[in-house]
Amino acid sequence: MSLLAFCEWLAATENSTALRESLFMYPLVESSHVMFLLLFVGLTVMLDLRLLGIAMRHLPVSELVDRILPWVRAGFAVMLFTGVLLFYAIPVRTYQSVWFRGKVILLILAAFNIWYFHYRVYPQRAAWDSDARPPWVVRRAGLASIILWFSIIVAGRFIAYNWFDCDIQPQPAFVNWFAGCVVPATD
Amino acid sequence: MLLPFFEWCETVWLGRMVVGSLWLFPVIEAVHLLALSVLGGAIFLVDLRLLGTGLKHRTAEELWRESRPYLIGAIVVMFATGIPLFLSESIKCYYSNSFWVKMTTLPFAIAFAFTIRAGTVTESVRNTARRQKLVGALSIALWLTVAAAGRWIGFS
Repeated sequence: MSLLAFCEWLAATENSTALRESLFMYPLVESSHVMFLLLFVGLTVMLDLRLLGIAMRHLPVSELVDRILPWVRAGFAVMLFTGVLLFYAIPVRTYQSVWFRGKVILLILAAFNIWYFHYRVYPQRAAWDSDARPPWVVRRAGLASIILWFSIIVAGRFIAYNWFDCDIQPQPAFVNWFAGCVVPATD
Repeated sequence: MLLPFFEWCETVWLGRMVVGSLWLFPVIEAVHLLALSVLGGAIFLVDLRLLGTGLKHRTAEELWRESRPYLIGAIVVMFATGIPLFLSESIKCYYSNSFWVKMTTLPFAIAFAFTIRAGTVTESVRNTARRQKLVGALSIALWLTVAAAGRWIGFS
């Protein structure tokens, strides 16, 4: 079964249809996604600004990581849950959205950045934990994080717009390829 | 009574410019959302502390001092982006319950942050823990209401 066929099957399920057509639940899930953005991206950006040596310069980085990261994780868990529900409500169109696909790629890059920081940079924190302006390798991770999460917000917001939707043709060849559009051949 | 004012708002050149463009509304909206995330960080840094968690080894006053520039900066950007968004669809906003929820909550959220909340953070933890918790919870509730109602304008 292809991913597209899976999404078509998902869209036909009773609960997906119910969520998609609900006047209250869908906006509620969407609003929750936005509310937890304040917690998750907000605190992530604060942490990144510390890594960049811009905000809270006199606080050890490890204190922020210890005290703030649990809340960042909790916020991410809710964003993931509400995000999956949003996909579940509108599977086919979302799957074929260039913005959604871009967002997934950016999320993978963000995950890599987190892995890189956590396992390659953070273990050496004894050398820079209290630095007002940490070394470049640390600042780089913070900068990448801010750029990635801001891009993820923009890509996520743009999923709602239909400029590049498969059912609006003609589209540039790149769009049809990247979105995986099934375009009937024209002769 | 207010409707003529909202009708006038929709004729302002800034809103017309936004309406006339395919990209302007979404791009301004995206920047509005980016500023919202920064606002969230500034809010939660202090409010989690007021609730007795988060950066609890620091005083709330210290965290308020650190986060205030970001709160103010985020509010400035949100006004700068929110006003053109409003001008582009003022009449729709007039008939939207979510818009009115947002516009009644927003002044309270801002006033609360810079008066009661700003006063609370300087009080000693020992005497006012319960009051601080209440202020922190109220602050989070106010801002999340503003954010959710704002998102909900798009559904009406």
